[in-house]
Formats: sequence, structure tokens, C-alpha cells
Amino acid sequence: MAVLERNNVTLLGQVDRPAIVFAHGFGCDQNMWRYVAPRFADRYQVVLFDHVGAGASDLGAYDDDRHSSLDGYASDLLEVLEALDLRGVVFVGHSVSAMIGVLAAAREPERFDRLVLVGPSPRYLDDEGYVGGFSKADIDDMLASLESNYLGWASGMAPVIMGNDDRPELGAELTESFCRTDPRIARQFARVTFLSDNRDDLGKVDLPTLVIQCSDDVIAPTSVGEYVAAAMPRAEMVLIRATGHCPNLSAPDETAEAIEAFLSS
Amino acid sequence: MSVEGVIEPFWHALLEDDPVQLYERAPCGYLSTAPDGTIVKVNQTFLSWTGYSEGDLVGRRRFSELLTVGGRIYHETHFAPMLAMQGHAREIALDIVRADGSRLPVLVNTVLERTEDGTPIIARTAVFDATERRRYEMELLRARERAEASEERARALARTLQQTFVPPAPPDIPDLDVGTGYRPAGDGSEVGGDFHDVFQLGPSEWAITLGDVCGKGVDAAVVTALVRFAIRGAAVRHERPADVLRTVNEAVLRHGTSRFCTALFVRLRQVQPHDGNGNGDEGGDPAARESRGRRIRWVATVAAAGHPLPVLAREGGAMAHVGRHGSLLGVLPEPRFHEVDVELTSGDTLVLFSDGVTEARRNGTFADDRLLRERLGGTVPSASELATALVDDVVDYQDGDTRDDVALVVVHVP
Repeated sequence: MAVLERNNVTLLGQVDRPAIVFAHGFGCDQNMWRYVAPRFADRYQVVLFDHVGAGASDLGAYDDDRHSSLDGYASDLLEVLEALDLRGVVFVGHSVSAMIGVLAAAREPERFDRLVLVGPSPRYLDDEGYVGGFSKADIDDMLASLESNYLGWASGMAPVIMGNDDRPELGAELTESFCRTDPRIARQFARVTFLSDNRDDLGKVDLPTLVIQCSDDVIAPTSVGEYVAAAMPRAEMVLIRATGHCPNLSAPDETAEAIEAFLSS
Repeated sequence: MSVEGVIEPFWHALLEDDPVQLYERAPCGYLSTAPDGTIVKVNQTFLSWTGYSEGDLVGRRRFSELLTVGGRIYHETHFAPMLAMQGHAREIALDIVRADGSRLPVLVNTVLERTEDGTPIIARTAVFDATERRRYEMELLRARERAEASEERARALARTLQQTFVPPAPPDIPDLDVGTGYRPAGDGSEVGGDFHDVFQLGPSEWAITLGDVCGKGVDAAVVTALVRFAIRGAAVRHERPADVLRTVNEAVLRHGTSRFCTALFVRLRQVQPHDGNGNGDEGGDPAARESRGRRIRWVATVAAAGHPLPVLAREGGAMAHVGRHGSLLGVLPEPRFHEVDVELTSGDTLVLFSDGVTEARRNGTFADDRLLRERLGGTVPSASELATALVDDVVDYQDGDTRDDVALVVVHVP
């Protein structure tokens, strides 16, 4: 199906079981869930995908207008769910995908059963009475930094598989596409993500929600995680001792355990 | 050189480069970090580049804290995941913030050491001063941006220019239905040489022109503009189409271009019903005159300059080319043009077309064209619907890919 190809949808686990959908955040692709998603394959149908413009998605499907807001990405997600004929899924969204999931769930709540938001932030820029963590100058600086790292995108910086002796379990599946995106798309996605403001959308989702907050996340600080949990009618927050923004990679055990505990509650 | 002369310097160099010196005074900065990013070891080169002391960093700061805020975001969203996924990251461009607050552009390579079960132990990073390289890259980036902007402007200009050659919908002419169709060649990004025009010469007198300047691009576009306006000017001064074309021919020759042009010039004069002043048509008996007077009648004077002759389709089905071939414009100092008069009455249709239409024919001429016959043979829709349909036919004939501009003017007497 065209939509499934567009988003490079990968299915693991049991076809006739409830579905758990993992959405990667800004920066890389579905491989970010490598250490977490497979743990659910024995009990769930695990769905992984790449946002348009990331990983092995169809770059040609990137549309300047549609993808100029997170709503466009939410539409993509809903189309994937529709293509797979899924309802009542568990949605696990990391980083910006947390908000994409919130927007999607606000539009079509029947497709979702519950949400797990890993390192969410409804707004990254500081505002009056709100600490997002970043100033406009910070974001401009980041966009410039993206630019210098994508200069050699076409030929240069490709991460290369280091042969089997280093990480044998990764195997040959990890291609050069990891963490590589079309530079123009990466810049625009960065702009859309870091200049977004979806605080008002949080209150629209009345589904059981778990916020997984890293204790030391400079991108989505703890105060922001607390804000999200407070603004959503049925949300709770759990703190994971982890440095950085990607506990799915740096603390996969704790992340998986937190999700498990939430699912069995 | 003696054996001692070779061996001595070799031994000195070998002894000089003990592991400590190798590390501390390396030509690049070295950093080792714990899994959470805390700096555990740093070499002298890095310290002297950045102005920090060992005490500032070891056990106190994380590597990511030495970056700009933007760099920190990049570190969290790209660098750290890459490292966690594949155990290394290479040639990452970052800015280190020095102790004095200034920025040091660097390139960073990192490898991650792990235990057998994959738990990270330590990350080792080499830092390369990339000041000059970054400056060069910025220049390249700016140059590329400028080039892209330039290209976009050129394309926009071509598109705008192209649009000026195609007049908007033809004017509303009482007792005449005129429609035009146009499709530029290819994707329309290259300016074409086809033009057409419909303009008034006097009460109940109109001019229709259609032509083609050879080639494409800016030069052709300039000549096209010249011809269009020369025709308009000449048509005001000269009554006879042949004289109009002669004037335009001179204008093109004088312009000094090597480009030539083909054109059709049709003057349409409505025949007024008998008005008692000896004007209009007086032949025949009063009844015939009376019935003729109710029908709309036009006289078309056709002059062609190296251009495919228009097709006249009579009500009733007869189709034929009308006019006589004349010289190309802009080639001969003494060109030859001929005028042919033909009367158009209710139900007749005159079609002017560019050679983009005939080139599309796989065989036969446009007048022989089956599709044209079909289209004209049935009830004629409005002239502009017919023109659009004929253009679409041509495009379909070429499977959607037009090599040449396609232009059509359809004149139908209601």
C-alpha cells in the first residue's frame, strides 16, 4: 500500500493482537526504538514507521505545505493507522512525536486506547509564564548548526555499519540512512518542531496517558514534562534516571519497564 | 648519508614520542567521557585550544555543556543517538564555547567502548580545529544559496515573460466568436517564440495575427515582442495586410537579428447589411437581399508569411486551406506577400494554427485531420471550447509531451 511504503512501516509481533505504535522523534528514524520495541513483540502487534523525510521514508512525499505544521504529520500518522485498519492502539511517541500523537488523538480518539509520551514538549520556546527551555536565538543557533552538519550530506557523513564484530545483533539492516535526512527537510522539520506551540491541544485528549520524563533532559526539561502531565486530563508522569533526551537508547530497560507497568495498570 | 645519520634521528623521534606525550601534545584535542557525558580525561591540546584547565572539566562538566545551545540540541537528537546505535560518530561539526565565551568551530570523531553485553563504558573523542574549514564551508553554502536564488529568479522571469506573449482571453466581438488556445513547449520554463493577437482596427474591423519566431530563449523572446508590436503599429497605418507584413519584415531586418519569423495576418471586416448609402451588399432581388441581410457576414483578408495556411471549415463540412504562401519575415529585403479574400457567413469556422500543431501530425495536413473534421463536423461548441479541445488533441497526439509551442485561434461566425 502506498501509505505503508511512504512511511516505511515495519510490523513485528503478533498480527491478531492489540497494536502498539512507536513513533520516533526529531533527528533520526524508527531505529531509535531498536532496544525497546522488540520487547513487546510477543504480546502485541508492534508498528514502527518513519516520518516523511526521515529514515527510509519516501522523500518525494514531503510536502512543503502539509509538513509545515505538526498537523500534517498527525495526518500522516492517521493515514498509517487507517491503512492498517487499527483502532484502539497504544501510541508511544518520542520527542516531537509525542505532540504529533496528541494532535492525532484529538482528531480521531477512537484510533487510540492510551498514549505514552517520551520526553514531550508542547512548546520549546520560552513564553510569558512558561519555561520551554529555549530562546529564539537558541533555536536560530540550532538551525545554523544543522546547516553545517548537512553540508556534506550527499557524499560525506554517512554512518557506516562497522562490520559484525562490533554489534552483531544490529546485523545488516542498519543502513546508511540512519540519522540522515535530506538537509532541506531536516531544517524545515527542525523549524516546525522547535517553533511549534501545542499547549492548547493537550487538554483535548481524554485518554490514559503516561509521560516518561528523563531526569536530565535539556531539550524537554522536567518542568515541561510536569506541565504536560498537568494539562492532560488523564495523565501521570514517571521520572527515569537518564541523561539526555533519548531514554529509548540510553536507558532502554527503564523505558520499557515504565511502558510495561503503564500497560498493565 | 651514513647509517648512523639515518638511525640517530629515528631513535630520537621514537624516544621523544612516549605515550604520554603522544596523548597530551597530539595535534588534535582528546577527550574521554563517561556514559552520562562527564569528562574523565582531557589532553593538553584541547585545554590550550579552549582555555579551560583540567580542574574546570574533569569530573565537573559534560562534553555537551561545552557546546552552544544549538549544538546541545544537535548533540541530544543526532550525535548521542548515533553513538548509541552504532558505537561511533564521525566528522560532526560543532562549536565549542571557550572559557572566555568565544566559539571554536570543530570537527569531532567519537568512538564508544562497550562491555560484551553492550553497556557503554567510555567514549573517546578526537577534536579537530576546523576554523578555516568552517569559514570555507560557510562561503560555499552562501554561494550555493545565491546560485539557487538566481536560478529561481531566472525561472520566474522566464515564466513571467512567457505569460506576456499570450494575451488573456480574446476581446468580445459582436457577431463573431473568437477563441484561442495555447500550450508552451515542454514544461514552459523556456520562453517560446509563438505569439497570437486579436485587436480592433476600426468599428466592425478586427485583426487576427498568429506567428512563430524561430528558436527559444531570450533572443527569440525579444524578436517575438518586436514582431507583435510592429504588427500592431503597422496595422494602424496600413490597410492592406500585405503592406502590414512588409513593414514588419523591414522592422525585423533592421533589428539585425539572424532570427526569422513566420506569421499570419487576417483582417476581418464585417459586411454591413444594405444601409441605403451604397454600402453593403446590393446584389440580387430584395427577398434575397433581405435574407442575406439577416445573416452575419464577414470578409476575411488573409496574408501569410511563411506560415501554415489557416483552415476554413464551411457549414456543411467542406474544409480547405485558405490563403497563399508568402515569404518568411526577416529574411528577404524584397519579400512577396499575397492577399486572399474569403467570405465567412454563419456556421463557418476559420482556424489559425502554429506549426506546433502540424508537426504533431504523424501524416497528412491539419486540414485532412480526422479529429479536426470530427470536431468541426459536429455542432461547433464555442470557439474557445473548440480551441481548447484542438490543443488537447495535439497534446494527446504527442502523448502529452509537446516539443514545440502549440497555438491556435478559432474564429467562428455564429
